[in-house]
Amino acid sequence: MSSQDTTTTVPVWQHRMPKTRLALWFFWLLIVATFVYCWNLMTAQTMWVFVYDAPTAAADLMSRAWPPRFSYMERLWKPLWDTINIATLGTLIGIMMAVPLAFLAAANTTPSRLLLRPLALFCIVTSRSINSLIWAMLLVSILGPGILAGILAIALRSVGFIGKLLYEAIEETDISQVEAITATGASKGQILNYGIVPQVLPAFFGISVFRWDINIRESAILGLVGAGGIGARLQASLNMLAWPQVTLIVLVILATVVVSEWVSARVRHAII
Amino acid sequence: MLRIEQLTKIYKTGDRALTEVGFTVPKGQVVGLIGPSGAGKSTLIRCVNRLVEPSSGQIFLNDLEVTDLGTFELRRARRRIGMIFQEYALVERLTVMENVLSGRLGYVPFWRSFSRRFPAEDIAKAYRLLDRVGLSDHVDKRADALSGGQRQRVGIARALEQDPELLLVDEPTASLDPKTSRQIMRLIVEICRENELPAIINIHDVVLAQQFADRIIGLQAGRLVFDGPPAHLTEAALTSIYGEEDWAAMRKGAAEDALAEEEMEREARKLMRAV
Repeated sequence: MSSQDTTTTVPVWQHRMPKTRLALWFFWLLIVATFVYCWNLMTAQTMWVFVYDAPTAAADLMSRAWPPRFSYMERLWKPLWDTINIATLGTLIGIMMAVPLAFLAAANTTPSRLLLRPLALFCIVTSRSINSLIWAMLLVSILGPGILAGILAIALRSVGFIGKLLYEAIEETDISQVEAITATGASKGQILNYGIVPQVLPAFFGISVFRWDINIRESAILGLVGAGGIGARLQASLNMLAWPQVTLIVLVILATVVVSEWVSARVRHAII
Repeated sequence: MLRIEQLTKIYKTGDRALTEVGFTVPKGQVVGLIGPSGAGKSTLIRCVNRLVEPSSGQIFLNDLEVTDLGTFELRRARRRIGMIFQEYALVERLTVMENVLSGRLGYVPFWRSFSRRFPAEDIAKAYRLLDRVGLSDHVDKRADALSGGQRQRVGIARALEQDPELLLVDEPTASLDPKTSRQIMRLIVEICRENELPAIINIHDVVLAQQFADRIIGLQAGRLVFDGPPAHLTEAALTSIYGEEDWAAMRKGAAEDALAEEEMEREARKLMRAV
């Protein structure tokens, strides 16, 4: 190209092509249109009488729910303990199933890309796509109501979560460390043990504790479908319209979650 | 002794990394492998222990054809080939001792390595090597707590822990400062002399290569274009490897570096004596 060209016509630089800009404009138009449509749909089915009434109804409910009935606490300790056990045991069982799955699912450690890897990925997706409340409903109808159904529900949901995050961590490991261990003449197992496990260990502990923290929250409501724990008491109190008890249970759940979150934050901080 | 014949590597993408490279490295010889980035130096070194599978050609370690081994025999061959890496490639979260002992993985069964119960003689050897590379005080530190030079020393100890018959060294000084680079190169070459170890050192820095190697091999676009003693590496030879450049100026700069380093060492020694 000669320098004369640039003096006659200065090239114009644009961040986006005109076509891209048009597409972008239509994209935003579509979003606004969808919003307007949804708003209409929503308000068409609302009974406005109830909405206008909402502040009074809420105040009424509050006045009946307050103060919490603290004497009910003595009947909450046992289900609270159950809830914590459901979460902890469920997480442990979940970890036991998730670790082998993660190594089968990670592209760099799987023994067979064609068969085992898709199978492991399928298990992980299945577990993730079903909410623990639904796992619990299924298990309650299979195993009958109780803690066991809760533990298994939590475990089955945790497998996917831990498995997915762990296999991603395995895939992100530094290859040069693995290469160096391979170069010493190490076997497959030794390469895993020396090259990969030390690299994913912090992620593994972080993920596990994080999942335990989530499981405390989830196991608190599993009782709604009969899978034991403090949720069963919540269900009973709601059915009896015993609002002061409901308030107390909600406060207890809140306190438990805050404590578990604090514990999980401390543990993760200590590891990473 | 290492013999490479007609070695060719074509990657899946169609890139020709090596074309019919062949040479022989006798016992105790330190070979400096030089060439521009992308000339195939790293590929050549990795073909020897088959971290990269050669497309054709043969590699013999003593009388063993490395290119013809099955998985199990390859592992046995690899344990006698020590490798030192560019970015150290230590397992960052393991201790210095564990990293050095990982050099024995090819010799011990899985459960012993899993429980870190290595044979006493392996541990004694590791202590000896750490002492040799000057890291006796850092045995139980984690590898990521060390400086670059120290990490490369751990890498050297790990390679020697294998009882190697051959050292493959991939850009050992690429992430180190000039002074540390010299120290590391000196250490590697000294160790090769002590044990009559042959070594291929893949290196960017021509001056360092000339200073420390017994023989220089130059690669250009995957072909061997120079093979001879460092003294024969004339400007014409360098141009055939790297292309046109002002070589005299580069050498002068490097000589000044070396002088400055010597002076610093003299000062340090004076200081030590004073203390």
